[in-house]
Amino acid sequence: MTVTDDRPASVLGTRRLRKEDPALLTGEAKYTNDLDLPGALHLAVLRSPYAHARIISVDTSAAATSPGVVAVYSGADLADTWGAPMPSAWAVTADMKNPAHYPLASGKVCYVGDGVACVLATSDAAARDALDLIDVQYEPLPAVVDLEDALSDRVVIHEDLGTNSSYTWDLKIEGHEGQVDEAFANAAYTVRERFVQQRLIPMAMEPRAVAAVPQPFGGDMVLYSATQVPHILKVMVALTLGIPEHQMRVIAPAVGGGFGSKLDVYAEELLCVALARKHKVPVRWVEERGENTVATIHGRGQIQHVELAADADGKLTAVRIRILADMGGYQQLITAGIPILGAFLYAGVYDLPHAYDFSCTGVYTTLTPTDAYRGAGRPEATYAIERAMDVLADQMGIDPMDLRKRNFIRKEQFPYTAFTGLTYDSGDHLAAAEMAAELADYAGVRARQATQNVPGATKLLGIGQASYFEMCGLAPSRVLASLNYSAGGWEAATVRVLPTNKVQVVTGTAPHGQGHETAWSMIVADRLGISPDDVDVLHSDTAIAPLGLDTYGSRSLPVGGVAIAMACDKVIDKAKKIAAHQLEANEDDLDFVGGSFTVKGSPDRTMPLAAIAFEAFTAHNLPDGLEPNLEAQVTYDPPNFSWPFGTHICTVEIDTETGQVDVLQYVAVDDCGNQVNPLIVEGQVHGGVVQGMAQALYEEAVYDSDGTLKNASLAEYLVPAASDVPNITLGHTVTPSPTNPLGVKGIGEAGTIGSAPAVMNAVIDALSSLGVSDMPMPASPHNVWKAIQSAQQGASK
Amino acid sequence: MKISVTVNGTVHESDVEPRTLLVHYVREVLGLTGTNIGCDTSSCGACSLHVNGEAVKSCTMLAVQADGQSITTIEGLAVDGEMHPMQQAFMENHGLQCGYCTPGMVMAATSLLKENPNPTEEEVRIGLEGNLCRCTGYHNIVKSVLAAAAK
Repeated sequence: MTVTDDRPASVLGTRRLRKEDPALLTGEAKYTNDLDLPGALHLAVLRSPYAHARIISVDTSAAATSPGVVAVYSGADLADTWGAPMPSAWAVTADMKNPAHYPLASGKVCYVGDGVACVLATSDAAARDALDLIDVQYEPLPAVVDLEDALSDRVVIHEDLGTNSSYTWDLKIEGHEGQVDEAFANAAYTVRERFVQQRLIPMAMEPRAVAAVPQPFGGDMVLYSATQVPHILKVMVALTLGIPEHQMRVIAPAVGGGFGSKLDVYAEELLCVALARKHKVPVRWVEERGENTVATIHGRGQIQHVELAADADGKLTAVRIRILADMGGYQQLITAGIPILGAFLYAGVYDLPHAYDFSCTGVYTTLTPTDAYRGAGRPEATYAIERAMDVLADQMGIDPMDLRKRNFIRKEQFPYTAFTGLTYDSGDHLAAAEMAAELADYAGVRARQATQNVPGATKLLGIGQASYFEMCGLAPSRVLASLNYSAGGWEAATVRVLPTNKVQVVTGTAPHGQGHETAWSMIVADRLGISPDDVDVLHSDTAIAPLGLDTYGSRSLPVGGVAIAMACDKVIDKAKKIAAHQLEANEDDLDFVGGSFTVKGSPDRTMPLAAIAFEAFTAHNLPDGLEPNLEAQVTYDPPNFSWPFGTHICTVEIDTETGQVDVLQYVAVDDCGNQVNPLIVEGQVHGGVVQGMAQALYEEAVYDSDGTLKNASLAEYLVPAASDVPNITLGHTVTPSPTNPLGVKGIGEAGTIGSAPAVMNAVIDALSSLGVSDMPMPASPHNVWKAIQSAQQGASK
Repeated sequence: MKISVTVNGTVHESDVEPRTLLVHYVREVLGLTGTNIGCDTSSCGACSLHVNGEAVKSCTMLAVQADGQSITTIEGLAVDGEMHPMQQAFMENHGLQCGYCTPGMVMAATSLLKENPNPTEEEVRIGLEGNLCRCTGYHNIVKSVLAAAAK
């Protein structure tokens, strides 16, 4: 007997082109600053030129008479406007010290870019012109730029706190306290390294933009913002300004990238809403790039002390980590928690016994606040362990790939309960590493290296690897509770079949480049047996999609996408009741295939979803007690994080005379479980890899000793251009997650997590024959040249 | 100052402040908001459009300098409801994510192919180095431009 499967091929896993694209490609899409808001006043913010200073006086009188100016406010003028300080949602410890932070400073400023006054005018140009006329007298105070200097409390920034240390957060493994010291005492090898995660500027191509549109008599307020988190923003603005939440609506129009920098509640959002209420007209603000570099959050900013202990075979026996994290002048939304998101990952993809000791201290400096930046804590952790593994391999005189293979958690150990108590859902690190090695011709590069990197050679070849695990898909709400995070980690979805069998999906995710409209349509199409073209995805407007926790932490697919699949299943369950009623069949006797219900064994007794949708609409003949609609809502709280993983291998050639690093080849093998749309997955990896490569080779927020950012523009801060980066070779293994019905894992941050350590391991590998064992990021020509010089001076001593 | 500018085939007579940049003119006076602003140092290329058929960063030009010139913005690239082959190539090769750099990138890329109809991958990368993208890592942008060249 031949069994034929006449089900249509699933759209899941196909390289479907994005439905978002035509609007974006033709200029039809509207970003916040594109909105036409008649009568809107323009806000401009005067920012402190000092990193640390007392405000002696603010004279706004000249600015107030400037043409087009409607009002000018100092921080003191608005002090009574705020019901609460700016929100910070993550008190990582009960005794965390967190200074009150208001949209405009009064009293003192704590970083260059801190707002001190603002102007409302009839045009953006008039508002900015008037900023020059505000006279602020400052008493400069010493800047605190260096983290270890901050820790010393030489200068205490927030006097009321008495110290620059905000918190110390520890992760010790209960019942195994002595094991770490014991492992180090008995280790055959130990590694002790200090790494610096330089500050990075996220630089989403769309600067931030805000518009608040009041309804002065009705009391409603609409806030448009270039944000990743319209839902969180709605709650936070309502709380901070005392606006009844039901009268607050937040809309994120087209959003031009975020990378974590738009996962926040910012001063300008609160200022626009407060001033729109006060003046009873729309108020809008758009950020200039120069402002963006100082007034939007920065990422990274850590000093990492990493210690590994290993036995004679190189098997890891203990990991000890001490982190000093730079929070900047104040905390933003989740500043304090960023290093904690990495705290569980400093043993990487390795099978470590319960010998783990992590501690992080967060300190204030007089620099721009830090917060989530692509990967948020996890790139830092991966960098530390993966660089340290290379150091260990070097010490042992074995190939770093070999060392990793000795330590990988093996495929058959999954699901794997780690020393932290967290369960890693699925993985096959060896397969990913072997695929990457093959794609990169690892053995071939090693052979070429042996002939090329000879004494006196000026072009040195290096190959470096990073194998990563990412804890993403934020997150099980109870785990977040145990970390003292103020929100949950669920996601909401509504699937609504319209009378004509077109489908509306309402999602709580808030895309800003990730292609959710396409991907969510594909999930629905697969489940309901319809075309993705017949699905419309509604998002990023809290009046249309009232429930949601937005897009960050590679959560949208493994939480929000799964919620949509589950809502589809609920719709099918309800449709089945209607079909059973009309076909006069038992529900258990119905199959749902290709968008139709059919009675088992009676192929002519069938009812398509389209007919059921219309029946649900007319309600003429529904089962008793069944509500006349075909719609379902699901709020899904994931039982676990999702754990994507992979191996990246980078090959570089370094010119020892100029310090120039050329990336010859970059291979990324990533496993995010089942892929909904490989085209989108690949795009996420490409972009992520280049963002991590940018940390390794190009980018750093450089401050002078006065706390002034020296590269505060895109002319000076080196976001790589097309000519600075290579093509990327991708491979994928597929290890479905067993914890969700789609078998998916997040992929938004993975590329960034794998790439910085892979590139730096390649750089150090190339330079190792010159005696270079480490160097700070970025491996700019200057830093490479310095590292070579200092290694050679060391050797000649 | 009074200027007369042809934008996407239509002649516009406008009275503008001498300090008005071309990008502000097309966005705020003409309402053509497809041209985006990504920086204030002429570094990012998000505001690229065509002046007499050649890509120009419209933040580097005053509106008054456009007097008597012919401008094409991203809104003028599609003809009769059909996207330009470059726009199609970007869609087919996933050459965009958030879309913010995209109008400028597409305008720069069409101008690049006009000068060099059959570029190598390296020539595309160098030709687009004045346009920054933070999402794609450029891989699929380069692929899109090469695909458009092959059409």
